[in-house]
Amino acid sequence: MPMAFMLQRNKAAVKAPKKGDGFEFMLRTLVPFLGVFAALAISAVVLLMLKTNPIVAYSAMLQGAFGSISGLSQSLVKATPLLLVGLGVCIAFRASVINVGGEGQIILGSIAGTWMALSFPDLPSAILIPACMTVGFIAGAFWGFIPGLLKARFKVNEILSTIMLNAIALQFMNFLLQGPMMDPEGIKAGTFLAQSARLPESSWLARLIPRTQLHAGLYVALGFAVLVYIFLWRTTIGYQIRAVGLNPNASRYSGINVPFNQMLSLTIAGGLSGLAGVIEVMGVHRRILEGLTGGYGFTGIVAALLGSLHPLGIVPASVLFGGLLVGANTMQRAVQIPAALINAILGLIVLFVSGSALWIHNIIKKRKTAAVVLAPVKDAEQ
Amino acid sequence: MAGMIQQVQMTGIVKRFPGVLACNNIDFDLHAGEVHALLGENGAGKSTLMKILYGMYQLDGGSIAIDGAVRRFHSPADSLDAGIGMIHQHFMLVPTMTVAQNVALGQSSDKKFLLDLKTVTERICELSAAYGLKVNPNDLVGHLSVGEQQRVEIIKALYRGASIIILDEPTAVLTPQEVDDLFIILKKMVKEGHGLVFISHKLHEVTALCDRITVLRDGCKMGTRPAAGVERHELIKMMVGRDLKELSHRDYKPGAERLTITDVRASGDRGTETLKGINLSVHAGEILGLAGVSGNGQLELAECLIGIRKVDSGRILLDGLDIASMKLNERIAKGMAIIPEERMRDGAVNDFSVQDNVFLHDHTDKEFRTGIFLNFKKMAAHAKKLVGEYTVKTPTLETPIKNLSGGNIQKLIMARELARKPTVLIAAQPTRGVDIGASEYIHQRLLMQRDAGTAILLTSEDLDELYALSDRIAVIYEGTIMGVFLRQDTDIQTLGLLMAGIRPGDAPKPDLPIASCEG
Ligand SMILES: Nc1ncnc2c1ncn2[C@@H]1O[C@H](COP(=O)(O)OP(=O)(O)O)[C@@H](O)[C@H]1O
Ligand SMILES: [Mg+2]
Repeated sequence: MPMAFMLQRNKAAVKAPKKGDGFEFMLRTLVPFLGVFAALAISAVVLLMLKTNPIVAYSAMLQGAFGSISGLSQSLVKATPLLLVGLGVCIAFRASVINVGGEGQIILGSIAGTWMALSFPDLPSAILIPACMTVGFIAGAFWGFIPGLLKARFKVNEILSTIMLNAIALQFMNFLLQGPMMDPEGIKAGTFLAQSARLPESSWLARLIPRTQLHAGLYVALGFAVLVYIFLWRTTIGYQIRAVGLNPNASRYSGINVPFNQMLSLTIAGGLSGLAGVIEVMGVHRRILEGLTGGYGFTGIVAALLGSLHPLGIVPASVLFGGLLVGANTMQRAVQIPAALINAILGLIVLFVSGSALWIHNIIKKRKTAAVVLAPVKDAEQ
Repeated sequence: MAGMIQQVQMTGIVKRFPGVLACNNIDFDLHAGEVHALLGENGAGKSTLMKILYGMYQLDGGSIAIDGAVRRFHSPADSLDAGIGMIHQHFMLVPTMTVAQNVALGQSSDKKFLLDLKTVTERICELSAAYGLKVNPNDLVGHLSVGEQQRVEIIKALYRGASIIILDEPTAVLTPQEVDDLFIILKKMVKEGHGLVFISHKLHEVTALCDRITVLRDGCKMGTRPAAGVERHELIKMMVGRDLKELSHRDYKPGAERLTITDVRASGDRGTETLKGINLSVHAGEILGLAGVSGNGQLELAECLIGIRKVDSGRILLDGLDIASMKLNERIAKGMAIIPEERMRDGAVNDFSVQDNVFLHDHTDKEFRTGIFLNFKKMAAHAKKLVGEYTVKTPTLETPIKNLSGGNIQKLIMARELARKPTVLIAAQPTRGVDIGASEYIHQRLLMQRDAGTAILLTSEDLDELYALSDRIAVIYEGTIMGVFLRQDTDIQTLGLLMAGIRPGDAPKPDLPIASCEG
C-alpha cells in the first residue's frame, strides 16, 4: 500500500485548486470517479471468472450502499470518520508528509474522549461533547506530533514511525480494555468483554434519522472540510504548508521552517484522526470496543487521494468509499464471494484513481500552456 | 554521398497555434555546404519553423521546395526519407541501450527482419572516423556525457542519410570545451557537403560558426545577414527590437562598509571544506563582482551569507553586527536579500501562482495578513505593482510561475527581493539562461540598486558581465579569494588566469591590497 501513496506524493504538487476554470474543475472531480468505474468494470471480469453475475453483485452493492434510507445512512456513518481522516491526510500530503498513522491516532482520540466522558458524566452535553472532542483531537494530535518530531529532529521516515505507533496504540487499547478501562458491568456479569463502560448519555451525539446510526458527527466532519479548506488556502500557515510541500528548497531560501511545518501538518493530521475516533465512539458505539477503527485510518488515505487531496473533493470521495464499504458487505452476502476479493476491488480503485490523477495532470499541463498563449499578454515592454 | 540535397527553400511559411502566430510569412533558404543560423529570443518561432521543415508540424501556409521541387512532409519519417534530420534540444535516446542499438532503433527494417547490429556498428565506426564523432558503439547511452549523447544523435541522423541537419540550440547543454568540439565536428560536416541549420540565441556562437544569420522576432523574419562583418549591435537590434542601453560610465563613490566577511570557513554538501577562509567586504553603493568558475565555493558562500549553510568559523558582519549565527529570517529583517543561483529550485515554487511567489517570505509581513489570514487584496495590489514596475510579462497574477519564461521569472524574483529595499543584496548568477532583453533589464536594475546605496555582491561566470557591472572584482578559486581589484586596475585576461588558479607571477600586485581597498 505505501508504494501507491509514494507515487502519489509528487502529484500533490500538481493539484493547486486555485480558481481553475470550469473544465479543469470538471476534469479534476469527474475523472477520479470514472477511474472508480473502470476499476469496477475490471472487477466485473474477475467476478465473471468466479461464475458470479457482476450485474447482480453490483446492484446488490448499489442497493446496499445507497438504495435505502438505512443503507444510505450507514454509508454516511462510515463516510464521517473517512472524511476526517482524509482531511488530515490531505494536510500532511500538502506538506509532503504521509500520514499512515490514522489507525493509532483514531485509537488515542477515542480513548481520551471516552476517558473524558466517563470521568465527567454529570457535565451538560453542551460542555461535555465539545470537551470530549477537544480532548480526542489533542490525543490524536499528540500521536501525530511524535512522528512529526522524529522526522523534524532525526529525519525518521514518517511512514515507518506512524505504522509503529499504530501497533503501540493498538496494544495500549487492548491493555486498557482488558484492565483499567474494562466495562465494570461485564466484570460483574462475568462476560469480561474487551470493551469500555457505556458512555453517559450526555456525551452521545444526536441521531439524525430514527432507527439508523447516522449521527451529528457528520456535520462536524463537514464543518471541518470547510475549515481545512480555509486553513490551507486562506491562512499564512496553510500557505507555508503548501509551499513546503511543493518546493522545500525555495521555502528554505525564503525563511519558511520546513521541518516545523511538516511536524505541524502531521500533528494536525493526527488531531483530525483523533477527532474521528472520539466521534465514532460518541456517535456510533457509545463505548470503545475492539475493532473500533474499522480500517478507517488506511481507507481515509485512499479517500483523500480519490478526493484529489482537496478538502472539498474528499467529501464526495468519503461518501463514495463509505458506500463501497457498506455495499461490499451487502454484495458479499448476496453473491457469496470471498472477502479478499472485496479488498482486491478496493485496491484496483486506488490504482485507477492514482493513474487518472497522472492523466489529468498531463491534460491540464497541455491546456495551461495553450492558455498562457491565448491570454492577452500584458505588454509591459518599456 | 550520392543524392545530397543542394538547396532547401521555405517560402511564406505560416504557422498558427491557438492564439499565437508562431511563424508569420517566413522565407528561409539553405544551401549545401553552409551553416545557416536561426537567431532569436525565446518564443521567436525558431523551433516551430524548423519543426515544420522536419515534418513534425504541418504548415498553415507557404511552401517548401527541395532542390526546386515542392514537397510536403507529413511526418519526420517523410522528411528523413527526403534527407532532412533534426537534433532536438532534448535528446531522444534510450539510456539502457548501447549506442549501436540506439542508432539501429529508429531504423524500420523493412527488408531485414533481424537486427544486424554488426553492420550498424561498422557504419557507426565509419561515420565517427569521417566526422571526428568520437563514440564507442558498444557503450551504454546512459553512461555517456551530454556531449557524447549529442554526438550519438548526430550519428543517428547521418546514419539515416540526412544531408540537411537541423540543430535546435545544441550548445545549451554543453560545457565550453564541448561547444568547441561540437563546432569542429559541424565544420567538418559542412565540408562534406551537408547543409546545417543552427538554432541559437547566443550571438557569439552564431558569429563564430555560421555563414549566414537569419533573425526571427515574434514569428517574423527580421532579415538575413552574412555572418562575416556583421555588427553585433545590429543583430541585437534585430533580435530585441531596439538598441540595448549602454551601461553608462559610473562614478565610484563607495559608502560605508555594509558587509564584512572575515575568515569564513564552511563545508560543502559532501562534508569537505569548500570555503577555506574567505575575506571580503562590500560597501554601500558598490557592486563587488565575484568571478570564478562555478563550483569554486560561490554557491556555498551565498548560502553562508543568507544563513542556510552553517559557518564553521569566521565572522559575517552586516552593518557591524555579527550575523553569522542568525537565522535567515533575522538576516532578512536586518536588510539582507538574495537572488538565488538556482532560480527554479531555490527561488520559486513552480506550481504556485505569480502572486503567491511574490510572498514566499513576505506573507508573514503584518501588511499582508490579518492575524493568520492572508490579505489577498493587499497581496494582489502589491504583486500587481511589482509586476508592472519590473515589466514581468505574465497573462495574469494567477498564472503558475512555471509558465513564465526564465527572464520573467528572474525579474519577478528580483522584484520580490528588491521590494524590501535591502541594504545588502547577493545576486548569484542573476542572468544565467536569461535572454538578452531580460538580462539587460536585470543589469539596469542592479545598477539602480547600487546607486540607491545597496551593497551588492554579484557572482557570475560571465566575465564580460562582471567586468561591465562591477566596481571591484574578486576572484574565487577553490574556496579562497585569489585577489580583489578595482575594475580599472585589472583586465579580463588577468581575471581569467586567476579563475583558473594561476597567479601570474610577473603580474604586478594590485596597488591597493585588499585592506586598503576597503579603507
Ligand atoms: N505545440 C505548441 N502549441 C502551442 N503553442 C506553441 C507550440 N509550440 C510553440 N508554440 C508557441 O509558438 C511560439 C514560438 O515558439 P518556438 O518556436 O518554440 O520559439 P523558439 O524556438 O524561438 O524559442 C511561442 O509563442 C510558443 O509559445
Ligand atoms: Mg526553441
